[in-house]
Amino acid sequence: MESAARTLNPSRLARVAWIPLCLLLAACHIDMYDQPRYTANQPSDFFEDGRAMRPPVPNTVPMTDEPPDSVMLTGRANGELAVELPMELTAELLERGQTRYNAYCAPCHGLAGDGNGVIAYRGGIQVPSLHNDRLRTVQVGYFFDVITNGINRMYSYANRIPPEDRWAVAAYVRALQLSQNVDANDLTAEERQQLGGQ
Amino acid sequence: MSAQIFPRNANALVWVSIIGLVLLIGGIVAALVGLYLSPWYTEVGVAKEQPVPFSHKHHVDQLKIDCRYCHATVERAAHAGFPSTDTCMSCHSQVWTNSPLLQPVRDSYQSGESVVWNRIYDLPDFVYFNHSVHVAKGIGCASCHGRIDQQHLTAKAQPLYMGWCLGCHRNPEDNVRPRDEVFNMAFDPRSLPLEQRVALVAEYQIPTDGRLTNCYVCHR
Ligand code: HEC
Ligand code: HEC
Ligand code: HEC
Ligand code: HEC
Ligand code: HEC
Ligand code: HEC
Repeated sequence: MESAARTLNPSRLARVAWIPLCLLLAACHIDMYDQPRYTANQPSDFFEDGRAMRPPVPNTVPMTDEPPDSVMLTGRANGELAVELPMELTAELLERGQTRYNAYCAPCHGLAGDGNGVIAYRGGIQVPSLHNDRLRTVQVGYFFDVITNGINRMYSYANRIPPEDRWAVAAYVRALQLSQNVDANDLTAEERQQLGGQ
Repeated sequence: MSAQIFPRNANALVWVSIIGLVLLIGGIVAALVGLYLSPWYTEVGVAKEQPVPFSHKHHVDQLKIDCRYCHATVERAAHAGFPSTDTCMSCHSQVWTNSPLLQPVRDSYQSGESVVWNRIYDLPDFVYFNHSVHVAKGIGCASCHGRIDQQHLTAKAQPLYMGWCLGCHRNPEDNVRPRDEVFNMAFDPRSLPLEQRVALVAEYQIPTDGRLTNCYVCHR
């Protein structure tokens, strides 16, 4: 009897009534979820263009070991398109170039560089083949230059491919060109056998 | 003889109210937990409206464009980033140039103002996350973002709760895959035998001594 009286006592009830309230309030601490600082890709009403991420001011040079007019960053030596890679040609470099090429160039130029990528095919864009005499003999720096600055209808890829990777792609394009234009006499007999020749 | 204070049914009333109170509190807790896990709160599987109805299914599955074409910094920075208008226009200056769906993209290219995408995955500001380390250690996009190549409008595949992060940090061998399969949406890590995945964890030097579950890894 005694205990029943206590349970029904309203002031007792009031003492536990805050528990569900706590659970509700526990969901209301948004302050630390959205802290008063900017994160990447956030909109901002402080800057005029509405972006929290600021573009670098004009004439900014990247903080690298390379001077801003080096072959590595410009593709040019003394104003002329470079004829040599500014780094050593290794199998890793070509492999790196292959993944970059397949991600950034193949949609249009095709995996083999023949200009028949999915976008060219589905979207009906005319994309030139990379296998012609002019492009086979052009300086390797030309590819770097096309990726960096774009050409006519092709946009620049400089904001997505860092300079080292652009060189890797340039080297890989060269390798692609070789792969599509081999003199049969350069092959060993065994390789010719594989191709079904004599 | 004192007066009888309580009616005869007082005992029953006490039990009813005790049980009722327990049920009420239990119900509230269950409802809150249910809400916490429901798509209404976690947004899992709920596609969001976007200013342009961009479709990963179209661009990734059908056109076979690599994630990096648009999310270019995913391998070298904390953030995967969103494609700039310039990236869309590298194709759409020549493909579907008159589509009304793409009007916001063309406007943005003209005016220089960003297309503002509605965020799908957004961690609280007190959590540190970094894409590059996960990509470098052979964790595929699909392990966290699901089959995004099958989605027309993007939707969450994970609520991004702490327990989920910890689950993988405790047992990375469940999700690790060879590095060259990271961008392959269709690859299932479990198609590799466990020994091979354990070997990959060792090869990529992923710490398995519990270091990855220290609080400061994610709260710094
Ligand atoms: C959106 C489709 C597209 C993508 C992606 C693309 N290109 Fe092109 N590319 C073109 C088109 C179109 C042209 C022809 C430009 C013109 O002369 O109008 C072209 C031309 C070229 C040329 C030939 C220039 C000449 O002198 O004939 C080279 C070299 C080239 N691209 C390299 C690349 C490389 C390397 C990549 C990857 C980083 C790449 N392209 C990505 C569409 C593309
Ligand atoms: C043609 C460009 C393009 C390609 C290729 C692409 N994406 Fe996206 N992605 C976008 C755009 C634009 C958005 C923003 C709109 C949206 O959320 O759907 C986005 C959004 C996302 C989001 C949600 C981001 C957020 O939190 O709001 C994820 C995750 C994502 N992409 C992953 C991928 C993955 C994984 C791949 C490769 C399989 C990929 N994307 C390929 C353009 C692209
Ligand atoms: C690599 C080339 C490429 C890039 C980059 C690209 N698209 Fe597309 N997109 C296409 C092609 C090709 C089509 C139409 C193909 C078809 O229907 O056959 C298309 C179609 C579309 C459509 C119409 C889809 C439909 O089914 O109605 C929209 C909307 C669209 N793209 C938005 C975007 C946005 C936004 C971006 C930038 C984040 C973007 N695209 C980047 C190639 C591209
Ligand atoms: C370990 C899990 C994980 C993996 C693997 C992963 N992501 Fe994410 N991704 C996240 C999380 C968590 C966020 C939310 C980040 C935030 O809010 O800061 C996110 C956000 C994004 C965004 C939105 C923009 C941004 O950078 O915040 C894009 C785009 C994206 N991821 C693409 C990708 C792509 C492409 C891959 C594959 C190369 C990938 N993600 C792999 C967990 C992952
Ligand atoms: C599918 C597996 C997986 C998931 C899910 C995952 N991670 Fe990771 N995470 C890893 C692996 C593997 C590493 C690599 C650890 C290493 O080798 O240092 C890592 C590393 C990290 C690191 C860097 C650790 C360091 O200091 O080296 C951070 C930070 C991190 N993860 C945060 C997160 C957060 C936050 C989430 C949840 C939103 C998350 N991760 C979800 C697998 C995962
Ligand atoms: C692998 C990454 C990771 C590690 C390690 C980690 N956390 Fe978290 N933590 C998260 C994420 C992600 C969230 C956000 C969850 C959400 O959005 O609800 C979070 C949220 C939290 C919250 C806030 C919960 C809330 O809703 O306010 C606390 C408190 C917390 N963590 C404590 C810890 C402690 C203590 C440790 C160490 C034992 C730890 N965390 C280790 C990823 C991590």
